[in-house]
Amino acid sequence: MSVLVLVEHTEGIIKKKSFEAVQYASHIAKQNGATVTAVVLGNAQSSEIEGLGAYGAQKVLYVADARLDELHARAYAKALIVAAQKEDSKIIIALHDINGRAVAPRVAVKLKAGLVAGALSYPDTEKGFVIKKAVFSGKAFAFVNILSDAKVITLMPNSFQLNKAEGKATVEKLDVSFDEKDFGIKVKQVNKVSGEVSLADAELVVSGGRGMKGPENWGLIEDLAKELGAATACSRPVADSHWRPHHEHVGQTGGTIRPNLYIAVGISGAIQHLAGVNGSKTIVVINKDPEAPFFKAANYGVVGDAMEVLPKLTAAVKKYKETHK
Amino acid sequence: MKILVCISQVPDTSTKIILKDNNTAISSDGVTYIINPYDEWYALIRALELKETGVATDVHLITVGKADVEPIIRKGLALGGDEAIRIDAAPNDAYETANYIAEYAKSVGYDLILCGKESIDYNNGTTGVMIAELLDVDYIGFATSIQIEGNIATVNREIEGGEETDTCNLPVVIACQKGVAEARIPNMRGIMAARTRPLKVVTPTAVAPVASILSYEMPPAKAGIKLVDPDNMDELVELLHSEAKVI
Ligand SMILES: Cc1cc2nc3c(=O)[nH]c(=O)nc-3n(C[C@H](O)[C@H](O)[C@H](O)COP(=O)(O)OP(=O)(O)OC[C@H]3O[C@@H](n4cnc5c(N)ncnc54)[C@H](O)[C@@H]3O)c2cc1C
Repeated sequence: MSVLVLVEHTEGIIKKKSFEAVQYASHIAKQNGATVTAVVLGNAQSSEIEGLGAYGAQKVLYVADARLDELHARAYAKALIVAAQKEDSKIIIALHDINGRAVAPRVAVKLKAGLVAGALSYPDTEKGFVIKKAVFSGKAFAFVNILSDAKVITLMPNSFQLNKAEGKATVEKLDVSFDEKDFGIKVKQVNKVSGEVSLADAELVVSGGRGMKGPENWGLIEDLAKELGAATACSRPVADSHWRPHHEHVGQTGGTIRPNLYIAVGISGAIQHLAGVNGSKTIVVINKDPEAPFFKAANYGVVGDAMEVLPKLTAAVKKYKETHK
Repeated sequence: MKILVCISQVPDTSTKIILKDNNTAISSDGVTYIINPYDEWYALIRALELKETGVATDVHLITVGKADVEPIIRKGLALGGDEAIRIDAAPNDAYETANYIAEYAKSVGYDLILCGKESIDYNNGTTGVMIAELLDVDYIGFATSIQIEGNIATVNREIEGGEETDTCNLPVVIACQKGVAEARIPNMRGIMAARTRPLKVVTPTAVAPVASILSYEMPPAKAGIKLVDPDNMDELVELLHSEAKVI
């Protein structure tokens, strides 16, 4: 038996979060005396594919079809099913991201398998096959038991520390016969905001709220983000007022993020905002009002005017980087 | 063209979660229930816009739940919508919910099925994809705009680090988020009209659940905050480096 894991890449370079997924699969495989087979779709570099061995994959099944460089969820699901049959896989893992979330539920339906969406823990096999996940956008956690023989998991990125080891995976071509229906969605245009750190995957995030007063002050947020190599986010009223693009809006009705560091500037800390960010490992709050509710959810706080504190913090990060080169 | 909008009932966003029964259930004491915001603000309103502009002929609302979910269905009908369907079941997981909705959708034959990007209670975002798989049609998630022309849907959707424009043939299932439409509030005429619109109750062919929630846990309380002087940002950076170990 083999634990199957869907691997994502960008123009041939495997994403860090996919290494996390392979390592996660490897831990489960060890629990079950199984091996790990990674599935790579589209054109990836062979050194990259073999490199999956360093995170615990023994084998890679590779479908070198250029059409799969884009997300075609039906084709992806079909490839996973073919791979699962070949490898006798009962456990299939993808990422809890835009791509994984379009594919994993299809695989679950095909296999009549239970699905845990957004896994935060390894399965606990004492009481069944129980995995922890966030519910109510992070206001609580649920322990979900998969009852079916086949099991599908989407892993929340940035939930486990990566440990690289030695090892090379053996690579095998996988034959999948696709049909027209698998490519029913045609991509007409792609607009990527280049050079920015993608918010969903970011380890560090600097976020601004209404306390930033207006879009003209966002340079202060961006300067700090740039110095840290962080992504930028915002509260809902900021996106509603079009100070910032919609995709930056975090909270219960926006994105849910779990970075290592979340710096909230001029955000009051409403329950709906906290819901989307309270999975962050460390929270820093900068607010001029010492009574702002966000301070109750923070690890570090700075009571002060954002317009004055931000340039100082940016300068301090710069200085730190120079002395820690 | 017929549109089916999937709506689900969730606790109001201001709800503080309180566990009960030895952490195996969530207390509903004092909880107000609403239509899942993504379903209401974006999926339902876009469906109504498509009807108002003559693209769609019928807009149906569907939810899976027992009789206590009827207030949110009435609210949906008050916003608009020609008919509502309540699938009479208390599902354990998304797989069950998707099967019931797909079974009903098959019996009618919809051209477009809209849902929210995820529900704000269980945050799975899986029901829509599962419905698409069960109906053997395409699915587009994280949509930020939807146009329909003839038999073709043109959809902008979020991708990692940007957006793309996709087209595909109907029927299709689309999961909506911000951008797809602007939220509305029901007016008096809508509320009155909702009373006379049909609310069908359908008994599904039972499907066994494949997953279930055993228990819940609250997030650990923060250990307490450390305040740093605004004139000493070097100290904050040092704490983030040596204590929090995040930079
Ligand atoms: C159904 C529903 C869903 C919602 N979903 C979300 C969601 O997903 N995400 C979300 O964010 N919100 C959401 N909200 C809104 C939420 O309730 C709050 O209104 C919102 O988060 C407040 O945004 P804010 O903190 O930026 O603004 P405010 O609450 O106005 O807070 C501004 C803060 O900035 C501080 N400030 C002002 N000037 C300065 C300065 N010069 N320097 C430093 N600090 C300063 C103030 O002290 C204050 O704390 C939702 C609300 C509802 C009803």
